[in-house]
Amino acid sequence: MPTPPRVIIVGGGLAGLAAAVRVAEAGLDVDLFSMVPVKRSHSVCAQGGINACNEVARQQGYSEWMHFDETLYGGDFLNHQPPVYEMAYGAPGIIDLLDRMGVPFNRTPEGQRDLRMFGGSLYKRTHFAGATTGQQLLYALDEQARRWEAQGKVTKYEFWEFLWPVLDDEGTCKGIVAQDMRTMQVRAFRGDAVVMATGGCGLIFGKSTMSVICTGGAAARCYQAGAALGNPEFIQVHPTAIPGEDKCRLMSESARGEGGRVWVPRKKQDPRKPNDIPAAERWYFLEEKYPKYGNLVPRDIATREIFYVCQDGYGVGGGRMVYLDVSHLPMETKKKLAGILEIYEKFVGDNPYEVPMKIFPSVHYSMGGLYTVYKAKPDNKGMVLGAHENMMTNIKGLYAFGEVNYQYHGATRLGANALLNCIFDGLFCGLSVANYAKEPHGKPAAELDAGVFEGVVEQEKNKVRKLVDSKGTENPYKIHQKLGEEMTDSCTVVRTEDRMKQAYNVLEDLTQRYQSVRLSDTSMWTNQNLSFTRALGDMLLYAEAILKTAIQRKESRGSHYRPDYPERDDAQFLKTTIARYDAATNKCRIEYEDVPQPLVEPRARTYGKVEAEAENKAGDKKETVKA
Amino acid sequence: MIAKNPDSQNSVHFKIKRQDGPDKPAYWQTFDVPYKPNLNVISCLQAIAANPTTSEGQETTVVVWDCNCLEEVCGACTMVINGTARQSCSALIDQMREQGFGSRENPIVLEPMTKFPVVRDLWVDRSRMFKQLLRLKAWVPIDGTHKLGAGPKESPEMQDERYQLSRCMTCGCCLEACPQYLKDNHFIGANAIGQTLYFNEHETGKNLQGERLDVMMEPGGISDCGNAQNCVKVCPKEVPLTLAIAKVGRQVTVHAIKKFFMGK
Repeated sequence: MPTPPRVIIVGGGLAGLAAAVRVAEAGLDVDLFSMVPVKRSHSVCAQGGINACNEVARQQGYSEWMHFDETLYGGDFLNHQPPVYEMAYGAPGIIDLLDRMGVPFNRTPEGQRDLRMFGGSLYKRTHFAGATTGQQLLYALDEQARRWEAQGKVTKYEFWEFLWPVLDDEGTCKGIVAQDMRTMQVRAFRGDAVVMATGGCGLIFGKSTMSVICTGGAAARCYQAGAALGNPEFIQVHPTAIPGEDKCRLMSESARGEGGRVWVPRKKQDPRKPNDIPAAERWYFLEEKYPKYGNLVPRDIATREIFYVCQDGYGVGGGRMVYLDVSHLPMETKKKLAGILEIYEKFVGDNPYEVPMKIFPSVHYSMGGLYTVYKAKPDNKGMVLGAHENMMTNIKGLYAFGEVNYQYHGATRLGANALLNCIFDGLFCGLSVANYAKEPHGKPAAELDAGVFEGVVEQEKNKVRKLVDSKGTENPYKIHQKLGEEMTDSCTVVRTEDRMKQAYNVLEDLTQRYQSVRLSDTSMWTNQNLSFTRALGDMLLYAEAILKTAIQRKESRGSHYRPDYPERDDAQFLKTTIARYDAATNKCRIEYEDVPQPLVEPRARTYGKVEAEAENKAGDKKETVKA
Repeated sequence: MIAKNPDSQNSVHFKIKRQDGPDKPAYWQTFDVPYKPNLNVISCLQAIAANPTTSEGQETTVVVWDCNCLEEVCGACTMVINGTARQSCSALIDQMREQGFGSRENPIVLEPMTKFPVVRDLWVDRSRMFKQLLRLKAWVPIDGTHKLGAGPKESPEMQDERYQLSRCMTCGCCLEACPQYLKDNHFIGANAIGQTLYFNEHETGKNLQGERLDVMMEPGGISDCGNAQNCVKVCPKEVPLTLAIAKVGRQVTVHAIKKFFMGK
């Protein structure tokens, strides 16, 4: 009897768990790999909520179409429309499913699911569980995955690190090589399809809001093995975080969604305490510049405004801080934010119920990631359910779901669309994975010659040996620190050619220094030093792709803001950036691919900014919304 | 090699219990980390990782610890700090210095949790906690991921109670503080009792209530709780654990009586 097909899923956050549940439900066995117990994955950090059209919003004029359109407008039209369409129209069903799984969504007095405002929309369409929505959703999917684990359909490999995809002679993915983070054993696993659900790459920027495992290492390894990156230059900087020594802690957009206001003293370096400054002497700069959206403009816009306000000397005490104020809100509303207000109080020591919080932007999310394809319906309104290619990378049999998938968010992600994207990928495209794995594509993984796998195991063991045996003098943590500082300075809120080129030179130097890196721990038991240093090598390569693609995109779009090219340039850059690894030069090669716009015409992305609207009217560039 | 810092005022002093592997002996090392405002234990461990040199100036290996989110929501970085189990990300150095810790005479002491086997240094194996969730059927038995409409309605009061229970991040602080939970016994522990209530209170989750309560009646079940109430005091997320113990205790009593009369 032939061995039944198996599916490998790398990453146990929302996308990985949703995929595990969906694939197991379709009858296949799943091997789930994670560097942490899946319940501790980075999805746990998401706070604000998850977007979906709902009955209340619908009866006020909202629709799935508008959710779809908002996502494109937010993403500055770099998103592919059919997948976004499918996601927006699938969102209400996903909320219902999560509800059935027992997620403790906040409730109205009648017992209905409560809703809150969020950035980039004028309607209440964000569902939430306190201010720890990501945690609650992750737990619900963790529970469902555990149920499949109890039935033997899902096998977890926790504290295992993904090292490399295994490809057969045809270049089809047939498994992975991974390392046990305790015993340090390196071994191969066979799988008839492999799903990467490995999240973002925030650690490349040193401090970000991301968890310590979000190095982008797994994606960078697939990239070196031949998978292309899509739009790596698009990195989201979240406007409101608490700067810290070890990381920046997110202060959710839900604070503003519930009525929180961003302000600075009108007088530069005003020495008064915030509560002593009367309303007339406070500058609510977002509300002033964007009367329509106010504090709920998309993240890239809020971030830039905060950045420039501080650069102009209006930051709190003249520094790099502005106030995020929820102290005026009624107690009932503050209670809905308890999860994040508690974080602020614990880590800063001030009481945000009474005193405005001091915040500054921080790297938060990678819109770019592994390049994937999909099969659109003939009318482009969505994707074909169960089609093999949905969210498959350019390596056959290798899929990318969740944040590591570049698909849904274009040049900026709207708040509360990430949780949706992760679960949607897992559930909708999970079926594609199952369908693909059930059909033959060359020899089944189980029957493939052992040599195919052993070769990759050897390659990875050699890499380990090389690092352990290195007699160099370079400290990996110091290289990482420099990398983070350089990337944050050159390639986040404001990007200029000169500064990025300077960073590119530094990166070359760091890559050189990495060649003579030295481990302080050479043991073969729970060697975190080795794991980090190996990932650092991958981060350097990923950083090269980010910098190079950012330098080459000579326009401003969404989160990618170039003062030297301040306008969006659709003629040249309404295109996906595809970065491929070139082993000969150890650098990326860049290609561009048109982004078709079959359903919505691109329009100017102004969010009703006072000056921009005036200019728009003068130039008679009317915003058109298809409805 | 870095010279010993003579100025103790500008350093934070640590005493760290180390162990190279599960069967290896434990030993202590001390470290000095240059003081800066707004440090936490994690950023000090990161500084030690970047420069693994003891206070005596001896080069050593990187101290191993488990962590992920660094914002006290994943539960990974739990360890015993100055005698109490807590997350090392939210253990702030300025606060500890105010309490008199961090000097050479009174260093900040980091130890692995004692109720779980050590993997290495400060990293312990907490898989027992996840196994209990498996045993307890800690899930809502839905029919599948297909579109079957919304879930049950819920009152804001019930949502509030369940939300508080659902914030449990399986960190193990409650077990570290519990006098009944030991490395080598079978007590199920407070967090598992909290999760039992969480699922028993959900309209659909309650369909498995009987099976969960059967587990609670087995050896190591809820009757092993000694009511010390330490769990609720140390829980970083203020999960109402003693409320859960009381409610699940009552559910078990009713369940046992029913079983007795129904002869099952």
